[in-house]
Amino acid sequence: MTLKTPVSLDTEVLVTGVAHSRRRRQLRRTTESYAFLAPTLILLLVLMIVPIVMVIGYSLQSNVILSKNGQFVGIQNYLTVLGDGAFWKATSNTVVFTVVSVAAHLVLGLGFALMLNSTLIGAVPRAIFRGLYVLPWLFAVAVIAVLWRMLLAPNGVINFLLNANVEWLASPQLALGTVTFINIWAGYPFFMVSLLAGLQGIPSDLYEAATVDGASSVQRFWNVTLPQLRPIIVSLLLLDLIWTSQQFALIWMTTGGGPIDVTEVLSTYTYKLAFAKYDFSLAATAAVLVLLMSMVLAVFYVRHQKARD
Amino acid sequence: MSRVGRGHSTARTVLGAVAAAATLVAMAGCSSSASPSGSGDAGGDVTIEFAQWWEPELPDGQFRALMDQFESENPGIKVKLVSGPYASTKEQLFAGAASGTMPDVVGLDGAWVNDFASKGVIANLTDLMTQNNYDESQLASQIKVDGSTYMIPVVNFVYPMFSNDDLLAKAGVTAPPSTRTEFADAAKKIKALGGDVSGWVLPLSLEAPNGVQNDVMSWVWASGGSMLKDGKPDLTNKDVTSAMNYIDGLWKDGVIASGSFTMKEQDKVEEFTNGRVGMMIDSLAHINLIRQSNPNLKFSISAIPAADGYTGQRGIPYASWGIGVAENSAHKDAAFKLVSFLMSKDTNSKLSTLAKAFPGNTQSTPDFSGSDELFKKAFDIYKAGYPANEFTGLPTAEDLMRQLGQQLQTALDGQQSMDDALKNAQTSWAAAF
Repeated sequence: MTLKTPVSLDTEVLVTGVAHSRRRRQLRRTTESYAFLAPTLILLLVLMIVPIVMVIGYSLQSNVILSKNGQFVGIQNYLTVLGDGAFWKATSNTVVFTVVSVAAHLVLGLGFALMLNSTLIGAVPRAIFRGLYVLPWLFAVAVIAVLWRMLLAPNGVINFLLNANVEWLASPQLALGTVTFINIWAGYPFFMVSLLAGLQGIPSDLYEAATVDGASSVQRFWNVTLPQLRPIIVSLLLLDLIWTSQQFALIWMTTGGGPIDVTEVLSTYTYKLAFAKYDFSLAATAAVLVLLMSMVLAVFYVRHQKARD
Repeated sequence: MSRVGRGHSTARTVLGAVAAAATLVAMAGCSSSASPSGSGDAGGDVTIEFAQWWEPELPDGQFRALMDQFESENPGIKVKLVSGPYASTKEQLFAGAASGTMPDVVGLDGAWVNDFASKGVIANLTDLMTQNNYDESQLASQIKVDGSTYMIPVVNFVYPMFSNDDLLAKAGVTAPPSTRTEFADAAKKIKALGGDVSGWVLPLSLEAPNGVQNDVMSWVWASGGSMLKDGKPDLTNKDVTSAMNYIDGLWKDGVIASGSFTMKEQDKVEEFTNGRVGMMIDSLAHINLIRQSNPNLKFSISAIPAADGYTGQRGIPYASWGIGVAENSAHKDAAFKLVSFLMSKDTNSKLSTLAKAFPGNTQSTPDFSGSDELFKKAFDIYKAGYPANEFTGLPTAEDLMRQLGQQLQTALDGQQSMDDALKNAQTSWAAAF
C-alpha cells in the first residue's frame, strides 16, 4: 500500500489552477495523508506500542515501577524466570487448561450448532434451546466464578444432587479439571453461535449434490460440512487459544492458583509476581514471555486471515 | 470548477489537521488527569485526597460527617474521600505508588507498610510527628520500618474464637474450650454429631491467604510463641512446630470443614453462620453480619485456646485500619492534621464506636453501651492478653502468608511432612528478608 495518490501534473493544474513544483506537491500530499492517519497512529502508539516497549524495557531492568532507581540487567530477569520451576509448572498447567478447553469448546460448539441447525427440531424448541445454550455467554466472568464456587462447594448443590462430599475445587487431584470444566461451560457458546452462522451459510445445493451421489449423512458431514466450516473453525481455534491461554479472572476467583500450585497458570503466576511479591521486573519478564508465546499464535492467525483474503 | 476543487483539497487538509490536533488535545487531556494528588483551590483552600476502604464499612454518612467536622475545625482544608472495597483500595494505592499519584492520606494495612516504605512512596511519620510537635505517647502502637514510623493503627479489630453454643451443648461440651486438648476434644465431639457439621473451619485460600495469619499463626501467638527471632523468620522453632503439628492432628482427625484449600474468610463466616461448624477464629467486625444473617444462632466468643499448661498472657491476632501519608503529597502538613484529627481522643473514641473496634489512642474509650454484649467481652479478652500480628511490617507480608499456606497445603495433603513444610517455608521466607 502506498500513501501517495497518483495525480498527473496537468490534471492538478487544471483542477486547482495553481502550479506547484513536483517536490512541493509530493510533500503536501504526504503530509496530508499522514494527517489523516495521525489519529489512528497516535492511538496505536500511545495505547499499544508505548506500553509494550515500556514492559520490554522493564523486563531488562531491576527495581522498576515502585522504585525510582531501576538498573539495566540485560537478560538476567529472563534467566531467573526461565529457571523458576513455578514458571514451568504454570506453563504446563496453561497448556493443559488451554488445549482441553479449546478442544471441548469446538466439539460442544459444533455439536450444539449442528443440533440447532437441524430440521429435526421444530422452530419453537430450537429457539428455546438456542436461548438456553447461549446463556453461559451472557454472564460476566466474576459471576461465573461465584456461581460455580457456590455450586461446587462441599455443601453445594452439585454434591447434594450427587449425594457426595467431593472437594471439586479444593482437591489437588480435581481442581485443574474442575476449573477447565467451568471454562468450557463459559466459552462454548462463542463457538456455537459462530459455527451456527457458518452452517446457515452453506449452500443447500452442496448437500443435494452429495445426496444424489449417494453420500451418507456421516459422509456429508466430513466432505461437505467440515470443509465448508474449516476457515471459521481455524479462526475460532486460533482466537480461542490466544484468549484461553490468558485466562485470569476465572482461575483467580475460583482457586487463586491453588490448591498448592495445581491451577497456577501463566496469568496468575505473573499477577503474583507483580502484586504479591511487588517484583515488577520479573512480572514484566513473564508478561513478555507470554506475549512471545501469544505472538506465535497471532502470526498463524494473521497468516490464515491473509490466506483467506 | 477550479474553486470547488481547491475547496475540497483545502477542506481535506484542514480536516486532517483538525483530526490530528483533536487527538493531541485528547491525549493531553488524558495526561493532565494524572497530575499529583491534592490541589490548591482558587480560593486558597487546600483539598487533600484520602483513599481508604473504611467508609463503605461504616454506617452510611458517618465517616463523611467526621470529615465535615475536620473541615469545620480546620478552615482552608477540604477532604476528598476516595472510598472503595479493601482489595480495590490496595490495587489503587499500588497503581498510585507506581505513577506517583498516590492520594495525600492513605488507609493502610500493616501487610503493605514495609513494601511501601522501602520503596519510598509513603512518608516518614516520625519526621512529621517531630515537625508538628505531636505527642506520640498517646498512640497505642506504631508500625515502624528501620526504626521510623510509617503507619499508625487508627482502630484495631481483634480475632477471638467464636463458638456455636447450641452445637457445643449438643455435643456435650459445657464451656468453650480454653486449651488445645479441650479444643480438639470438643471438635471431635461436634464432628461426631454427624451430618455436614464440623468442629473447626480453616480457610487456606491462596487467593486471599490471610487465613494463615488469622487462623493458623494465631495458635502460635495464643501460647506466647513467635514466628520471628530478632526480626527474622524462625518458622522451625518449637512453638511454631508444635502449633502446626497440632493443626495437622486436627486435619487427620477429620474435624476441619471440607474445602479448606480454596476457602476464603467470607466462606468461613458463612459456614459458621449457617451452623455447620462449631468453632472458628474470626474478626469481631463480623458479629453484626452473623446476627443479621442468622438471628437464631446462639454463639459466644472467648480467647483462642492455648497450649496445655500455658499460663502467660495470650496473644490475640488483630487487624488494623492503619493510616499514612503519601511521600508525593504536596500538602503533608494538611495531611498530618487529618491524621492527628483521626487519632485524637474524641474522634478516635467515636470512630472505634462506629467501627465496633478498639481504639488506636490509649486515652480513647469506645462506647459499647448500645452494642452487642460480645464487644464488651472481647474488650476484656483484649485487655487480658496482648495484640499480636507478626506479619505487620514484614516485607511482602501477603506473599509470605501465601508461601507458608502453600507449604501447609502440601503437608496436609500428605505430600511432605509438617517439619519439611516449615523448613521449606523458612527457606523461601528468608529470601524475602
